[in-house]
Amino acid sequence: MSNQNSNTNLHKKLAADNSIPAEIKKLISKSLTRRNVLAGVGAAGAAATLAACGGGSGGAADANTVRWANWTLYLDYDSDKKTYPTLDAFEAQTGLKVSYKEDVNDNDEFYGKVQGQLSLGKDIGYDLVVLTDWMAARWVRLNYAQKFSAENMPNKKNVIPSLASPSFDPNREQTLPWQTIMGGFTWNKEKIKGGIRTMDQLFAPANKGKIEVLSEMRDTMGVIMLAQGVDITKFTEDQFMNAIDFLQKKISDGFIRQVKGNDYKEDMISGDAIAVIGWSGDAFQLATENDGKFDFAIPDSGGTISSDNFMIPTPSTNAAGAEKLMNYYYDPVVAAKVAAYVNYVCPVAGAQEELLKIDPALGKSEFIFPTAKTSAKLSIFRGLTAAEETKFQTAFQTAAGNA
Amino acid sequence: MAAIKGISVKSFGLKDNRSALPYLLLAPGLIYLALFFVYPIIALGQMSTKTSSGEIGQYEQSFRFANYVDAFLGSKEQFSRSFIYATIATLLALAIAYPLAYAIAFKSGKWKNVLLVLIVAPFFTSFLLRTIAWKQILGEEGPVIKVLRGVHIISPQTSLTATSFAVVTGLAYNFLPFMTLPLYASLERIDPRTLEASGDLYANVFTTFRKVTLPLSMPGVVAGTLLTFIPAAGDYINAAILGSPSNKMLGNVIDARFFKIVDYPTAAALSFTLMAAILILVTVYIRKAGTEELV
Repeated sequence: MSNQNSNTNLHKKLAADNSIPAEIKKLISKSLTRRNVLAGVGAAGAAATLAACGGGSGGAADANTVRWANWTLYLDYDSDKKTYPTLDAFEAQTGLKVSYKEDVNDNDEFYGKVQGQLSLGKDIGYDLVVLTDWMAARWVRLNYAQKFSAENMPNKKNVIPSLASPSFDPNREQTLPWQTIMGGFTWNKEKIKGGIRTMDQLFAPANKGKIEVLSEMRDTMGVIMLAQGVDITKFTEDQFMNAIDFLQKKISDGFIRQVKGNDYKEDMISGDAIAVIGWSGDAFQLATENDGKFDFAIPDSGGTISSDNFMIPTPSTNAAGAEKLMNYYYDPVVAAKVAAYVNYVCPVAGAQEELLKIDPALGKSEFIFPTAKTSAKLSIFRGLTAAEETKFQTAFQTAAGNA
Repeated sequence: MAAIKGISVKSFGLKDNRSALPYLLLAPGLIYLALFFVYPIIALGQMSTKTSSGEIGQYEQSFRFANYVDAFLGSKEQFSRSFIYATIATLLALAIAYPLAYAIAFKSGKWKNVLLVLIVAPFFTSFLLRTIAWKQILGEEGPVIKVLRGVHIISPQTSLTATSFAVVTGLAYNFLPFMTLPLYASLERIDPRTLEASGDLYANVFTTFRKVTLPLSMPGVVAGTLLTFIPAAGDYINAAILGSPSNKMLGNVIDARFFKIVDYPTAAALSFTLMAAILILVTVYIRKAGTEELV
């Protein structure tokens, strides 16, 4: 490798990088003109450091690698071999590499980390991200998600009809559901024998200090509002604030131990938390991994439902790879394998038939393939305006002690 | 580059150019500070007076200094909690570290180096992991709670995690080496002959400690308390992992404002207010401690 070459590349990169102030560019350019190996190395280091500043952790862009950011416990995993079987099969099939990172713990948190780069059109370190409906709606609105090329994704037609045309992306041109999630109650069966179906059972005196709720505002507040008899598809600000008062009271009375992201699962395992407002699939995976110790139920008063969606960030340079990956996971056979592990509602038509072949009991699970009766108990939290979003989120964070 | 070449090849050692050398030596540090401290601080300052332009996460400059008042009034509680927790954690760390540093400096003999390595050893793992480990130690399945429950010091319902106790002990634990090492450094420098002289003048061990050892180790105490207090006051990991919503510190508020509410101006204003508060407290402390020459 010639030093000259790498210098030229660095110059190009530097010129294209809008986030670096002109003075600093000048400084780095100056040092790049040196024919000194040592200086070249040092400057490359400096440029790399600058480029990495605040970036995601998916690594540098590369045409052969799809950098995928997903939530934890969200892909079939072989804990003995420490591999993701369907992902390995995809790599073998296509020759592409997938850098799979469980980097999403909370929609807001993830957005907070990448928003700066996105708004500047800079690579965020991922070619594929998975975020919830309302956040996906924001990305579409702000043009942070690329349009898919249809020819790379023939399997896209397999999306189940109920998810085929959401208001934020009516033709599914920029988003595609990965899994659909129910929000409800999860509990430790050894500690709570009778299970939890109502808010009163969740906040029973015996559970005091061992209850956690999701930091995902829409699920926590949705479940609380539903218990208060509110229709969450069209609630008012007063109704929301009433529910905040309820949450605040439960926190200040010491019932709620913590307001957490996806990491509430650790506390369930350690026994620090025994009852939570949590997500359906998590509960079943926790149960599988811990001798059936946990269970999940949709509250009698109703639960929330939402989807996590694939999106290709606008600055990504490997859209084609990301599209192939999405297409692969929309093959019903593959989708069934994922569903068998993650236990979330599967958005791929035909997967139920495939799953029945692998595991008849799971194939009939209401939590993976909900019947009309189950679906009727679930509702979608209504869309919020930017002003509402800020106001409600501030109220929610204040209740959580964070503001 | 030409400048460096000039110095190294032609004019190194010449009188009129010699004055430039210290600046050149300082340059890497200054550039580093300019890049990673001054520039972010300016950006933060600019952000702190912006207001929303309607879309989430997008702000425009309107020089609204009332942001500072709103930010402070909105999180007074976490503000005072940060300083209270940091103070208690600092005192706790001092109480643990002083005897430890004393023993290493004066009583450890050939074990001195091993003990010093042990003090630094926790740094070989990440801060985050150590805090999570602390959570395991204090957690429901952990050894501490089993012993305390077993001997009926705490009731079966009482938890140790998600309490202010856990947050403060976590802070004290995490910053203990920052307290111990400066203390050790200043204790180790004490000339043993001063202690002997004190004995010769009929001072007992307590008087010797009070009149000789402690005053001579004050630079270590001041440095140690500062190195513990400053990061502890701005910490958010301990409160996030070991605390409950009622134990949140200012760092958590800044985190939530940045990442959850996407309210950058308030987060920036709070960061500035915290920096100012720490700066004032530290200045007063150093004046009172009478060790200006240290800083």
